[in-house]
Amino acid sequence: MIINHFFPQFMHKDTGGKLLLSLLALITIIVVTFNFLVAESSAWHMPTYMVTLLGKYLCLALLAIALDLVWGYCGILSLGHAAFFALGGYAMGMYLMRQIGDRGVYGNPELPDFMVFLNWSELPWYWYGFESFAFTALMILLVPGLLAYVFGWMTFRSRVTGVYLSIMTQALTYALMLAFFRNEMGLGGNNGLTDFKDILGFSLQSDGTRIVIFSLSALALAMGYIASRFIVESKLGKTVVAIRDAELRTRFIGYKVENFKLWIFVFSAMLAGVAGALYVPQVGIINPGEFSPLNSIELAIWVAIGGRGTLFGAVIGALLVNYAKTYFTGALPEFWLFALGTLFIVSTLYLPKGIVGLFERFQNKTSENKLEEKTA
Amino acid sequence: MVTKSLRKLALAAVVTASTITSAGMAWAADTIKVGVLHSLSGTMAISETTLKDTVLMMVEEQNKKGGLLGKQLEAVVVDPASNWPLFAEKTRELIEKEKVDVIFGCWTSVSRKSVLPVIEELNGLLFYPVQYEGEESSKNVFYTGAAPNQQAIPAVDYLMNDLEVKRWILAGTDYVYPRTTNKILEAYLIAKGVKKEDIMINYTPFGHSDWQSIVSDIKKFGSQGKKTAVVSTINGDANVPFYKELGNQNISSEDIPVVAFSVGEEELSGIDTKPLVGHLAAWNYFMSVEDPGNEAFINKWQAFIKSDQRVTNDPMEATYIGFEMWAKAVEKAKSVDTDAVEQAMIGVEVPNLTGGMAVMNKNHHLSKPVLIGEIQEDGQIETVWSTEGTVAGDAWSNFLPGSKDLISDWTAPTKCGNYNTKTKKCLAK
Amino acid sequence: MKFISLKKNLSLHLLYLILSMIFVSNVNAKNIVSIDASEQSTDVTQSSHAQLEKLIPQLQVKNFKKKIASVKQLADIKNPQNITILEALLDSRLYYQKADKSVVIIQKKDNQYEIFSPLDNSKIGLVEKKTIKKITTNNKLRKTIRTLLAQKKVSHTDLIIRQAALKEILTSSDASLLPVLQQAKTNESDDSQKELLTLAIALIEVDSKDRSTRLSAIKILGNSVFPRAKGKLEQVLMTNEQGSFIEQDKDIIKASQKALKRIDSKLSLFSNLETLFFGLSLGSVLLLAAIGLSITFGVMGVINMAHGELIMLGAYTTYLVQQAMPNDIGLSLIVAIPAAFIVSGLFGIAIERGVIRHLYGRPLETLLATFGISLLLQQMVRTLISAQNVPVITPSWLSGSLVFNPAFAITYNRIYIFFFALMVFASLMLILKKTSLGLQVRAVAQNRSMATAMGIKTQWVDSLTFGLGSGVAGVAGVALSQLTNVGPNLGQAYIIDSFMVVVFGGVENLWGTLVAAMTLGITNKFLEPWAGAVMSKIIVLIFLIIFIQKRPNGLFPQKGRSSGGH
Repeated sequence: MIINHFFPQFMHKDTGGKLLLSLLALITIIVVTFNFLVAESSAWHMPTYMVTLLGKYLCLALLAIALDLVWGYCGILSLGHAAFFALGGYAMGMYLMRQIGDRGVYGNPELPDFMVFLNWSELPWYWYGFESFAFTALMILLVPGLLAYVFGWMTFRSRVTGVYLSIMTQALTYALMLAFFRNEMGLGGNNGLTDFKDILGFSLQSDGTRIVIFSLSALALAMGYIASRFIVESKLGKTVVAIRDAELRTRFIGYKVENFKLWIFVFSAMLAGVAGALYVPQVGIINPGEFSPLNSIELAIWVAIGGRGTLFGAVIGALLVNYAKTYFTGALPEFWLFALGTLFIVSTLYLPKGIVGLFERFQNKTSENKLEEKTA
Repeated sequence: MVTKSLRKLALAAVVTASTITSAGMAWAADTIKVGVLHSLSGTMAISETTLKDTVLMMVEEQNKKGGLLGKQLEAVVVDPASNWPLFAEKTRELIEKEKVDVIFGCWTSVSRKSVLPVIEELNGLLFYPVQYEGEESSKNVFYTGAAPNQQAIPAVDYLMNDLEVKRWILAGTDYVYPRTTNKILEAYLIAKGVKKEDIMINYTPFGHSDWQSIVSDIKKFGSQGKKTAVVSTINGDANVPFYKELGNQNISSEDIPVVAFSVGEEELSGIDTKPLVGHLAAWNYFMSVEDPGNEAFINKWQAFIKSDQRVTNDPMEATYIGFEMWAKAVEKAKSVDTDAVEQAMIGVEVPNLTGGMAVMNKNHHLSKPVLIGEIQEDGQIETVWSTEGTVAGDAWSNFLPGSKDLISDWTAPTKCGNYNTKTKKCLAK
Repeated sequence: MKFISLKKNLSLHLLYLILSMIFVSNVNAKNIVSIDASEQSTDVTQSSHAQLEKLIPQLQVKNFKKKIASVKQLADIKNPQNITILEALLDSRLYYQKADKSVVIIQKKDNQYEIFSPLDNSKIGLVEKKTIKKITTNNKLRKTIRTLLAQKKVSHTDLIIRQAALKEILTSSDASLLPVLQQAKTNESDDSQKELLTLAIALIEVDSKDRSTRLSAIKILGNSVFPRAKGKLEQVLMTNEQGSFIEQDKDIIKASQKALKRIDSKLSLFSNLETLFFGLSLGSVLLLAAIGLSITFGVMGVINMAHGELIMLGAYTTYLVQQAMPNDIGLSLIVAIPAAFIVSGLFGIAIERGVIRHLYGRPLETLLATFGISLLLQQMVRTLISAQNVPVITPSWLSGSLVFNPAFAITYNRIYIFFFALMVFASLMLILKKTSLGLQVRAVAQNRSMATAMGIKTQWVDSLTFGLGSGVAGVAGVALSQLTNVGPNLGQAYIIDSFMVVVFGGVENLWGTLVAAMTLGITNKFLEPWAGAVMSKIIVLIFLIIFIQKRPNGLFPQKGRSSGGH
């Protein structure tokens, strides 16, 4: 089929993935057209808040892919993925803070505002380098990656699995949250980092910059998807699935199980970091609340609702739950938690394979019907 | 097969996108829209739900009086769910999609900080009703709660002059409001001749519940013979276990009084007040103040909320003042346009619920009286001291090195939120 | 000696406990005339009566400084009625009538107020609340009155009143009291009281002119762990800006330094004891929060994210029980224990039958579904009761502390909760080890299919086990309602800690949970003084993460079968 020319070899059988990527391209084109090219006065103009909202969803979808990679394919339910996301976000936030320069309320060219009113006299060492975008980009990958490496190295080697692993990851993100809440950390404490002005010299408040960041998010999501798909379709991916299904057997066959797990985990953490870094300029704030263990649990629920172990299911889940949240907090402000809670329960009870599973069941049925028609 | 379904999907996407876009279009405004941005779920719901109801009551009240500029008011309530990025998102939604003319909202500093860039970018109008750390003045925000000099400093003066306190414990939750307030107070106390070793500063995390060690330290620090007091910027939830522990470790309000800036009638109605009796609170409003305006307000509130058990508190008064001022400014400007209302706001006077007039100053902060009261067993706070007149809110503290030269003045020709009086320059660009 | 007073204190407290439970409603009744007749032997002269009449109206002034001056003058009058007036003012029973501004003492009677004349306690009449207004006091005024009253009572015939008075004086004695105290000491018969008087006198005599008096006073202070003794010695040893002593006398400096050293070594012992107790107390809170989880998670392998909300339901049950019986606060707390057990237990069974049953063998899905349940329960409480915190009243027998000496006291509520936690733990142990239900629970936990084969109704056991774990969570809620806020978010604060405790202790092991809770509590409290509350928590978390790498099955791993894998 002709459409396959646009996609790499390993995706040819991935109908969902192809749909997803095509849709992503389409949405990007629509957003760019209707927000940027259609005049603001026109009835067809897409308001900017829609752009940032969609951009935010795309970042969260990327985060969901990252989790699905380790949970759906590797059996590691990390309840600390929000930590990697937040670390990536903080790295980006630090860069954006440094870009403010002397435009802060105190006009201090060196120190961010929160340091000025807490009487800090100089920039702490860990802020060095963040004025450079290249360094920041490196850190966005390196910091979550390194944390995942250290944590994973210890954990997988000592064969902590299942529920224990989930609880440990939760402890990790909780400890980080408490640490980032401390004002002594020099990262803005509870308020976090905010009031960003521009990125690479472009104003964050201009529609053009927003569109570019949105498009980058879409691109990152697409790249993230393709890379993840590549991994799961490769030999590495097959081994990882084997580990998920029968860890001991895989180990006995001679695979170094912990190394496979470790590299998938590190890659996933980096993906989460990138998602966080793209998220921050679009929502305009990063604070320790992002480390909250509740966020990580919610994230797992997006993946579960969408259908884990399918990658594009994670994307569907993330988009759906977040859209529901946006809708309900506006439409039913006092009851949305009821709606959300019920959604979680119902979907785990009745949709064990998520929405994607529902489609598959439907598809199987129709193909069965077709088969019957043919034989009839 | 794939191409076919792709085509279908593309069609669906276009249709969805176009419906979304048209939903975002502006409707011809036949009402004046009032956005309400208070958390109705999550950790802050405890405090903020009340303020949402207060705004709804004020809107209803105003509509009974015939609305504003001949139009009815319409409240648009959203739930930012105690989630700080969501505050920014909802603000954008309120302004761009709902086209609200004014927003009443936020409680925590971080929620305000999150909203700030958005409200400035879209040139909206926010009324912020909670006491805060100062160090901010935005053209688009009116701060109707107390700045540190309208709460913390008078309270310390009272302790120093009337209770002859010599030793100080500054205890707070670790976030920006206590940090800044304590920095200001420390500088103020040292300027007043208090020695460094007579000041103890302690920070605890949000919702801290195990106060044993800290109260024990307070007891040791406070029982060396010099009169000691605790200045508490401990946030909401952590207060109950704190006071309970004080009571249980036999520290009475006469031995070591605690003056709190975050404990008001609403918080007191949710706890067993016994261990708090006699401790102090500093605010600009107490429900117990005898004033006809206050009585009317309390009656209105209890009728609106359909419960004569519900109390009123300082942030509610701040919301009330903010709303009344906005209504006056709209009448004055004959428009709901942000810039017109912003200029009309300055100088507007509205009666305080405790008597006297609240005035909106050039720096977008209020002039209000400061009251210090003692907590009673019934959860009310009884005034024991008040300022003679009103105190003007200071956007920039004189006791912090970074901000002592800054002032805020939003009238022409300065029109600047952070004007440096030394260099004669406006720092905002 | 100290031991005796401690014992006395304990037995007195037990008595209060029992009395308060029977006569809670009567505790508030107070006598107007609280000074017994023997006090009134002084001559009541005409002139003192006139002075009273002149001073009483001055108590109405708004200005507290003037009020304090009037109170001081009032205390100087040689007329026992002044004590009655001061006590009324202290207890907020001194009012004035709005009509004629006459000062009266009030006594609440049903919805009205009986008023009495402050001059001679004669009854004036019965009035409505609206017609009178309270004479306000402030902190400083009350402190002044307390000190004035204490001076008058330090030689009182009743030992308990004398003790209270002396305790008050010890918090703020000034030199002018010296003759009063010396007089009291010569008349004193009680030994411990005499010792305290010696201390009070020494605190003043440190500043005396006579060198030998000072030295002996310093020696006395050195033997006391009373905080002001230390403060006083530090004051003697104050240095000027150059770092040299302001005090000139070398012997005094030497003696003070020695005395201070003595005090410090004692204090450090007590402060360590105190920290240990704080740790045990924190540990018992962790134990209570985690023990229900160690059954549902440990024994059944179910990750119940709604566990915190079951604790919260227990706390709300306490509130509702208190609302139902507002006159018996003490009793309501006892009633709340079984009530909370039942409420949370039933919710637990409902959750098990409605949701968890369908998810056995899929622990991670259970986690997600129960998270949904926790959201529902929180919002349910917010909608049905209130988004605000609700007040749960602490009965008087749970307030205050057990004082061993001035440097070491532990609070009653913590003691009760410590023993309560141990009791809950012991009962659970009994249920699991000694009852047939316990046997079945353990059987199902160890080998489900074998248990089924033996005729155990595993589904029924599952429901009951989950109900038991949830019920215990509810009971924990009763205890926590006495320590912290009761609000919709109560459960969230404890869920992560509870999981940590269970994992640290080793799943399927109640003893492990006990040891883990206590270890974490004590570690946390010993870290807190130098690391701060937040850092100590972070350190403990990191320690836990590393510990689990070393011993993936916790402190006390289940022998034989691996419990980590699935």
